[in-house]
Amino acid sequence: MADTTKTSGFMRRTLQRVLLAAGRQRGLLGLSLSLASATVALTLYVPVVIGQAIDRIIGKGNVDFEGLAQKLLIITVCVLLNSALQWVLSVVNNRMTYQIVRDIRRQAFARIQRMPLKTLDAHPTGDVVSRVIADVDQFADGLLMGFTQLFTGATTILATLAFMVVLRWQIALVVLCVTPLSLFVARFFATRTFRMFREQSAARGEQTALVDEAIGLQKVVQAFGYEGRMLKRFDAVNQRLADASLRATFYSSLTFPSTRFVNAVVYAGVALGGALSAVATGGLFTVGQLATFLSYVTQYTRPFSEITGVLTEMQNAIACAARIFEWIDQPEETPDAPDATTLAHVRGEVALQDIAFSYAPPKPFIRNLSLTAAQGQRVAIVGPTGCGKTTLINLLMRFYDVDAGAILVDGHDIRTVTRGSLRASFGMVLQDTWLKSGTVRENLRMGRPHATDEALIAAAKACHAHSFIKRLPQGYDTPLEGEGASLSQGQRQLLCIARVMLLDPPMLILDEATSSIDTRTEVKVQDAFAKLMQGRTSFVVAHRLSTIRNADVIVAMRDGMIVEQGSHAQLLARNGFYAKLYNSQFAP
Amino acid sequence: MRKLLVYLRGYGKESILGPLFKLLEALQELLVPLVVAAIIDIGIAQRDTGYILRMCLVLIALGAVGLASAITAQYFAAKAATGFGKGLRHALLAHIQRLSFAQLDALGTGTLITRMTSDLNQAQAGVNMTLRLLLRSPFIVFGAMAMAFTVDADSAMVFTVVIPALSVAVFVIMLLSLPLYRKVQAKLDTVLQSTRENLTGVRVIRAFGMEAGEQAAFDARNDGLMAMQKLVGRISALMNPVTSLLINAGILWLLWRGAIRVEAGLLTQGAVVALYNYMGQILVELIKLANLIITITRAVACGNRIQAVLEVAPALTSPAQPPAEDAAAPAVAFEAVNLAYHTGGDAALADITFAAMRGQTVGIIGGTGAGKTSLVSLLPRFYEATGGRVMVNGVNVKDYPLAALRAKIGVVPQQAALFSGTIAENLRLGKPDATDAELWEALALAQATEVAQGKGGLSATIEQNGRNLSGGQRQRLTIARALVRKPEILILDDSASALDYATDAALRRALGQLPQTMTVLIVSQRAASIQFADTILVLDDGRIAGMGTSEQLLETCEVYREIYTSQLAKEDAPHG
Repeated sequence: MADTTKTSGFMRRTLQRVLLAAGRQRGLLGLSLSLASATVALTLYVPVVIGQAIDRIIGKGNVDFEGLAQKLLIITVCVLLNSALQWVLSVVNNRMTYQIVRDIRRQAFARIQRMPLKTLDAHPTGDVVSRVIADVDQFADGLLMGFTQLFTGATTILATLAFMVVLRWQIALVVLCVTPLSLFVARFFATRTFRMFREQSAARGEQTALVDEAIGLQKVVQAFGYEGRMLKRFDAVNQRLADASLRATFYSSLTFPSTRFVNAVVYAGVALGGALSAVATGGLFTVGQLATFLSYVTQYTRPFSEITGVLTEMQNAIACAARIFEWIDQPEETPDAPDATTLAHVRGEVALQDIAFSYAPPKPFIRNLSLTAAQGQRVAIVGPTGCGKTTLINLLMRFYDVDAGAILVDGHDIRTVTRGSLRASFGMVLQDTWLKSGTVRENLRMGRPHATDEALIAAAKACHAHSFIKRLPQGYDTPLEGEGASLSQGQRQLLCIARVMLLDPPMLILDEATSSIDTRTEVKVQDAFAKLMQGRTSFVVAHRLSTIRNADVIVAMRDGMIVEQGSHAQLLARNGFYAKLYNSQFAP
Repeated sequence: MRKLLVYLRGYGKESILGPLFKLLEALQELLVPLVVAAIIDIGIAQRDTGYILRMCLVLIALGAVGLASAITAQYFAAKAATGFGKGLRHALLAHIQRLSFAQLDALGTGTLITRMTSDLNQAQAGVNMTLRLLLRSPFIVFGAMAMAFTVDADSAMVFTVVIPALSVAVFVIMLLSLPLYRKVQAKLDTVLQSTRENLTGVRVIRAFGMEAGEQAAFDARNDGLMAMQKLVGRISALMNPVTSLLINAGILWLLWRGAIRVEAGLLTQGAVVALYNYMGQILVELIKLANLIITITRAVACGNRIQAVLEVAPALTSPAQPPAEDAAAPAVAFEAVNLAYHTGGDAALADITFAAMRGQTVGIIGGTGAGKTSLVSLLPRFYEATGGRVMVNGVNVKDYPLAALRAKIGVVPQQAALFSGTIAENLRLGKPDATDAELWEALALAQATEVAQGKGGLSATIEQNGRNLSGGQRQRLTIARALVRKPEILILDDSASALDYATDAALRRALGQLPQTMTVLIVSQRAASIQFADTILVLDDGRIAGMGTSEQLLETCEVYREIYTSQLAKEDAPHG
C-alpha cells in the first residue's frame, strides 16, 4: 500500500514536470485540444447526415432527390473541413512534441557541460546516452503522442455515446451495457500480453548473452573444438526462447480477434435494437438512423483498445521521463566566484599544500599530500594502479575539488581563479587519446580555434605528426570518424600532443600510455613529449623508464600518499618502496 | 530471403492452415453487410420481428465463427513463425562456427551478433505477419468489392475507382515518408554521437574550454533533427485526411447513384446500406495492408542480410583421413611462409623460415604490428598461409583434419577471455573428459591454484566476460585451460602481460619444467620473458630480423639489441 502511494506520488511529480514542459507550448496545446474536439465532432456528425441521406432513399419512386442533394452537400462540406482540420491537428501535435523533445535534449546536453565530473564519472556513458536519446524518444511517443491519442479516444467514446443517446437512448443503453465487456477484454489481453512479452524479453536477454559469447569468443570456441557443445547449449536456450516467443506472439495476436468479436456482439445487439425500434415505432426510428448506429458501432470499440495500449505505453513513458528529469535535476558545478581572478602570464609554480580528497566520503583516499614544483620542473609520478596518480590530475585541473588543504598556482588558490583560465594554463595529454569527430585540422585547433595554418603545421612538424597527416587521404582535412578509429594508437597520441603544442601552455599534465606501441612511433612520441616539456612545469604520470630518469623530481605514491620523493639516483640508493617498484615494474 | 523459407519446412501444415483460417475469418466479415441488408429489406420492411431476431443471432454466430477461426489462424501462424526462427537461429550459429577466422574478421563480431539477434527477430516477426495478414487484407479489400458487385454491379463500379485511388494515395505517402524517416534516423545518430562524444571526451573538452562551442554544435544538430521530424510529420500526417476524403467521395457517389437506382426500382434501401458498409470496410484493411508491406519489406531486408551470412562458404577444407606423421621431423617448421590478410594487401608476414624440435621453446619478440600473433596463428590454421608451408610433425597443417590438428595445440590468446559458467566448465573447454585431478594439476602449473581456491573451488561461478576476476586471474585461468589439454604444442601469445613480476617469474619456472615432449611458442614484448628460449625469433615489420639465442642476437641483431637495452638497461638492471 505504502508502495502504491509512493509510486503514485512519483508518477504525479513526473507528470507535473511533463505538464510544466508542455506548459511552454501552452498555445499549441490549447489549439491541439480544440482541433481534436472539432475533428471528433465532425467525424461523428458525418454518419448522422449519411443516415439522413439514406432516409431520403426509401424505395421505388420514393426518392427525395432535392433533400438528398442537400444532405450530400452538407457531407461534402463536413468531410472537406474535417480532412483539413485533421491535417492541421497532426501538424500541431508534431510541432508541439518535437519542440518539447528538442528543448529537453538541449537542457540535458547543457547539463553535461555544467555538471561536476564527479556526477559524470558516476554515470556510465551508455546510460546517459540512452537517457538523452532513447528515453526522450520513448517519452515523446508515449506521453505526448499518447496524451493526444488518449484525449481523442476518450472524447470519441463520450461523444459517440452522446450522439447515440440523442438519436435513440434505448439502443444507446444496449451499447452502454456491453461497454464494460469491451473494457474487460481489452484489459485482460493487455495485461496477459504484457506478461508474456516480459517472459519473451527475458528469454531473449538470456539468448543474447549466450550469442555474445558464442560469437564474441568464436575464435576460442574453434581453438578448443568447443563448437558442438556450444551448439547444444545454444539449442537449449533457443528452445526456451521459441516457447516464450510462441506464447507472446499468440497471446498478443488474440487481442484484435477478441475485440472484434465483442464488436460483433454489440453490432448484433444494435441491429436487433434498431430493427425492432424501426418496427415498433412504425418508421419513426428510420433505416438511416440504424445505418448511423451501425457505423458508430464499428468505430466505437477501437478507442478502447487504443486507450489500453496508450495507458501501458504511458507507464513506460513516465518511467523514461523520470530518468530524464533525474538527469536534468542533477546539481550543477558551483560556478566560479564573481570575484574570481583570471590567471594570466603564468610562471608555473605549483604547490599542493597538505591536501586531502575522497571519491566516496567518509572513506579517505588522498591524505596529507604536499608537493611543490618550481617553474620549469619536471615531476614524474609513479606508483601501482589505484595509488592516486590519476586523481592528482583530476585535482590539478580542478575536475574535482580538494576536500582539505589547497592547490596553489603562482601563489593563487586554484579555487579563487576562474576554471577556464586555470585549465587554459595547463596542456593535458591523457592516455585515453580522445579525438572529436571532425577533421584533423579541427582537432588540432581544439584549444586555439583561430590558429593560423602556419602555426598549426609548425606544431604538427615539431611533434612528428606532419608526415603521417600528409599521407592521410585528404591531409589536414581528413575527417576522423569514430574518435579517430582509423588512426593507430601512436598516431592518435601524436595528434593529442600536437594540439597541446599548438596551445603553448605554461604548464603540462601528461599521462603516458601504458600499452606499448611500435618501437618507431614510440621514439617519435617520446621525442615529442620531450620537446613539449622544455621550459614548462610538467606533471607526468610516468610509465617509461626514460621519462622517469629525466625527471627533476620523482614522486612515488601508494594508497593516496606520497611515500618517497627525490631523484632517480637518490631513490634507488635509498633502496625502499621506489627501488622495489622500479625493479618489479620497469626492470625484468 | 527466399532460400530461408526452407526453415519453414516441418511447419507446412501450420503455414497453409494459418492463412486459410484467416480467410475464413475474413469471409464472415464480408457476409455481415448482407445480413444487415436482409434485416432492413425483409425484417423491417415486412415487420417480421422473428426474422430480425434470427438474423441477429446469425450475426453473433458469424462473429463466433470469426473468433474461432482467428484464434486457430493466429496459433498456427505463431507456431510456424517461432519454429522458423528457432530453426534459422540454430542453422546460423552452426554455420558461423564453421567460418574461418579470416571470414569472422571480415564479417565482424558486431555484425554477426546483430544478424543472430535483432535481424532474426525481425525476420521471424515478418513471417508471422505474412502468414496472418498477407492473405486477409487483400481478400477483404477485393472481397468487399466483389460482394458489392453481387449487390449491384452498376453502383459497385465506383469501387474500381476508389480502390486504386486509395492504393495510390497510401503508397505514395508511404514512399515519400519512408526515406525521410531514414533521414530522421541519420539525424538522430548525429545527435547521439554528439552526446556520446561529449561524455567520453569531457575532460579534454573542459581542459580546452570548448564547452560553449560544443553546445552550439549540439544545438545545430538538435535543431536539424527537429526540422526533419517536422517535415516527415507533415507528409505522413496526410495519410488520414486523404484516405478519408477518398472514401467519403466514394460514399457520396454511392448514395447518389444508389438513389437513382432505387428510384427506378432496381435497388432496395437495404442494398444501399450494404454498399455503404462495404465501402467502409476497405479503408481499414488497405492501411493495414500498407503497414504490412512495410513490415515485410523490412523483414525481407533482414532476411537477406542473414542469408548473405549463410552464403559465405566456409573457407577451410579439412581432409577426413589423418596423415602419417614423421617422428624424426621437427615438431614445428615454417618454410618460406608468407601471409597477407587481404588479397593484394600488404604482407603481414614475409619469408618466414624456422624450425623447432620437439620439447624446444621458441621465443618470438617484436613491436606492435610486427607479425608475432599472425605467425603463431598459422599453426592451428586460424589463418591460412598465402605462401610457403607450415609443417607440424613433418606434415603440412592443411593435410590434417582440422579438429585433429587443433587438438594437438593449446592456445593461450592475448585476450584472456572466459565463458560464463563454472571454472571447471571453462577448464574442460578443450578436454571435456578431464578429471578434477587433471584440472588442479593444470591450475598449479599456471600459478592459478589460489585463484580457483579463492573463488571457492572448481565449481565457482565465472560471470560473463570473467567480470568477477582480475586481468591477471583471468590470464592464469586461460593458461590453465590450454594446459588441461596436455597439448603437443603450447602457444602463449603475450599471455603474461597482466601478471606481476613474481607470478610471471614463477610461471616461467613452471613452464620450464613442462614435459620434454611439449613444444612451446612464447610471444612477448618483454625481452625478459623470452631471453632463455632455445631459439628467439625477432620480428620486424613481418620479417625475421634475427634468429638465435639471446647472446647471439645481442651480438648480431640491431633490433633485438634496441629492445633489450631499452627494457633491460644494463647499467641498473638487476641480473637474475
